[in-house]
Amino acid sequence: MQHGTRVNDFAFKLANVNGTGSASANGLLMQAIFRMGIPVSGKNLFPSNIQGLPTWYEIRVSKDGYIARALDYDLMVAMNSQTYARDVREVREGGYLLYDSTWPLDPSLHRDDVTFLGVPLSRMCNEAFKDPRERILMKNIAYAGALVAILNVDMAIVERLLDEKFAAKKALRESNTKALTLGYDYAKSHFMCPLPFHLEKMNENADKILIDGNTATALGCVYAGATVAAWYPITPSTSVMDAFKEFCEQYRKDPETGKNNFCIIQAEDELAAIGMVIGASWTGARAFTSTSGPGISLMNELLGLAYYAEIPAVVMDIQRVGPSTGMPTRTQQGDVFEAAYASHGDTKHIVLFPADPGECFDFARNAFDLAERFQTPVLMLSDLDIGMNDWVVPRLAWDEHYRPDRGRVLSAEDLEKIPKFQRYHPEDENHVAARTLPGVHARGAFFTRGSGHNKFGGYTEIPDEYQEVLDRLLRKQRAAARFIPAPVIKKRAGAKIGLVTIGGCDAAVREAVDLLSKRGVEADFMRIRGFPFDETVVKFLTTHDLCFIIEQNRDAQLRGLLLLETKVPKEDLRSILVYGGFPLSAKHVVDEVVRQLRNRAIEQKPESVVELGSWEE
Amino acid sequence: MPSIAKPVATHPSLHRNHIGLTLRDYEGVMSTLCAGCGHDSITAAIIRALWELSVAPHMIAKMSGIGCSSKTPTYFVNGAHGFNSAHGRMAAIATGASAANSELTYIGISGDGDSLSIGLGHMCHAIRRNVKMLYVIENNGVYGLTKGQFSASADVGSKSKRGEANRMAPIDPVMLGLSIGATFVARSFSGDKEQLVPILKAAIAHRGFALVDVISPCVTFNDHNGSTKSYMYTRKHAHRATEANFVPPATEILANITSNGTTAVTMHDGSVVNFTAVPEHYDPRDRQQVYQYLTEHAGEVPTGLLFLDENVPDMHEMNNTPATALAKMPYDKLCPGSAALDELQEEFR
Repeated sequence: MQHGTRVNDFAFKLANVNGTGSASANGLLMQAIFRMGIPVSGKNLFPSNIQGLPTWYEIRVSKDGYIARALDYDLMVAMNSQTYARDVREVREGGYLLYDSTWPLDPSLHRDDVTFLGVPLSRMCNEAFKDPRERILMKNIAYAGALVAILNVDMAIVERLLDEKFAAKKALRESNTKALTLGYDYAKSHFMCPLPFHLEKMNENADKILIDGNTATALGCVYAGATVAAWYPITPSTSVMDAFKEFCEQYRKDPETGKNNFCIIQAEDELAAIGMVIGASWTGARAFTSTSGPGISLMNELLGLAYYAEIPAVVMDIQRVGPSTGMPTRTQQGDVFEAAYASHGDTKHIVLFPADPGECFDFARNAFDLAERFQTPVLMLSDLDIGMNDWVVPRLAWDEHYRPDRGRVLSAEDLEKIPKFQRYHPEDENHVAARTLPGVHARGAFFTRGSGHNKFGGYTEIPDEYQEVLDRLLRKQRAAARFIPAPVIKKRAGAKIGLVTIGGCDAAVREAVDLLSKRGVEADFMRIRGFPFDETVVKFLTTHDLCFIIEQNRDAQLRGLLLLETKVPKEDLRSILVYGGFPLSAKHVVDEVVRQLRNRAIEQKPESVVELGSWEE
Repeated sequence: MPSIAKPVATHPSLHRNHIGLTLRDYEGVMSTLCAGCGHDSITAAIIRALWELSVAPHMIAKMSGIGCSSKTPTYFVNGAHGFNSAHGRMAAIATGASAANSELTYIGISGDGDSLSIGLGHMCHAIRRNVKMLYVIENNGVYGLTKGQFSASADVGSKSKRGEANRMAPIDPVMLGLSIGATFVARSFSGDKEQLVPILKAAIAHRGFALVDVISPCVTFNDHNGSTKSYMYTRKHAHRATEANFVPPATEILANITSNGTTAVTMHDGSVVNFTAVPEHYDPRDRQQVYQYLTEHAGEVPTGLLFLDENVPDMHEMNNTPATALAKMPYDKLCPGSAALDELQEEFR
């Protein structure tokens, strides 16, 4: 059952108990592999809990650059007795399992096709360390040491990382070295090191960074010039504001006055948070909030106000699993409908779908430009997977020539030149009318209202006057299509079907395209990056016999939005839906494409035998 | 019609304020509220207070939610910016607006439904943040636009127009404000403009959040026998607990504080509030005492500038924001630039 040697192409999973300090050991391994120049991805599958529940961390290394979640694990590090049975089951045939052999493993868990590597982690740490908390923490570093040995992680890099991390904490540094060495030495003297699958240095990461989406989002907001941020704590968005605060402390303290060139308000709820954003935008600041689905639900009311009164607002929605409280620490793309049509009455918003932290950084800036240019709310839909996991992405780049697009705002000089200011008239080619900011000029004074108004901004209950404004709002939203990031399209020769997706599904679907090609199924790829949809999206959908819309929600929300907003025939759009809360894997996509194509072929020609191969090649 | 224009011509002999404007310049469009509505009297008091303070109209931000009271910002200072937002959310929106532009004078107009039910949380938190603004509750104990339901400020036993008695305890914004740290708490009566105008002026000069509860009878739904928010009832039960005289910063103040029984409080901007006719042992700066006084006078309607604390920093001071509005901050002061980004990213390796 022994596999041949596989270098930089495997996945391993660490099963831990949350609150025991495993995150830092797992992060250390991830970062070390990154520094070895190898394409790597890490997925933290954690519970909504502070301490004591199962948590997993998956690391996939792929010399070919596939970074989606893998579902086959070559190695399991089973550190949680609560989940032993399940963790043992998940190891692939011929794989390995590393466990704490201080206590004997339940014989019923044994598998003949898996190699068990016992390391007496608890015993070694109990002997080496006195403090009870330290014994628990160092057990993690000890297994990291064992992994360094069996996976051939560059020890010098690990040492350097520890030096950096504990530069100011000498005692901790020493404990870490001790624990690391315990695991490393034990593995070296008891196991075949390295295992047949292992790491070798590459040079793929020279221009890359390791960053999570929420940090990148916050950084994008800083660079976009956001000054007011209002929020209510909610997983998984909280770290957006944590990071924004940290960056503001670093970059926005006025060197001369010591004053804060920012104002972050922890609101009483999401109703208030969006209200504050709208108030701040109304007076002319770039303002944003970060939240998750339940927060968007509460913001629905005022998003309608901002839409109708035409006030910019930027909302970062870090999606999690709904409905209701759902699974707050699991990922989903369940807010597509909610974001697109948030609020009562006829409302339609601009929505952006970043795929990774790099796009979070760029799209955050786009969101402010779009919100101000179109004087309307813009929602950026990130998710827990993008937001809270560390991703290897190209270095963030900043264009020094960038200047915020403030849209049509009349200055005091502009106002001097016009006889009378009218808020919603005249409109420009994008159906946007100029706005004024309070305090700029007496002539710009204007009464903003969420109640029925005519194009001059006056109160109205007259049908024609009301409809005239509402119709312009629709034209305005449609006009935004040209300004949102275009879809990413990858074509393959001979492809008749298309795989269409959004956001964090990107990596899995791209990989699926390659895997399908190996099995003779050629598919074009399109990742939609924003709503409203532009011509290219429609063209892609209409020029393929069949498109699979791949997304992480039950109700095929992206597909639904495409059907509602374009004239693509319903039967040409099929769904692939994975919404259990863990990130998408290429296997999900390939299996489902194959299954559906086979069924379709049988439907069309029941007598024919369709050969599409099977997953197990 | 909701926006009937008033005649533009003004009499040449009208008094002008320090910036050369007449009272008429602080007016808005014609009110569409019911004839005799207390809210219109409050509007008139606001017009006078802003005129007397010589606030430039375009530097005023009129904020409101939804309800009869929230319609009134169109009835004063046409030349101001206004935002008639959503039911109960005004305090939150005003907080954000203030965060972005601290240079404007924020006039928040709310009602008892807007502030004490749907927007209660937002009002409380605006109080906690000490957002610098005048926050008026035009309090009539009843929902007008939806035709006469009790509001949260209705007293126990107060009767609706149909004769039904309210049984739930009221939320008293004055007592609530005092208990959660409000720094300026006043109550007045729409029918007492003489008292209301100086209170409003002091409120606008206040360092932070100025809560002004104004009993403002609803002539259509809550002005009958058996109502405790009627003109009759309020006239009978209101008594001035304090008389506050507002002295702007430019005025010589020494003469005013020599009279007997006067408590003078210097405001953050240098203006002074003189409290006269203060009951014995009533110190408007002592929260406990004020609370006790009001408790002892439950069932009555003590009015006046009841509590004042000028020592609590406002939201901007707490957040250490600059004097210049954040909304006006030039972009080059906000963007760290590409060199900083390159340097920062070394940490992400």
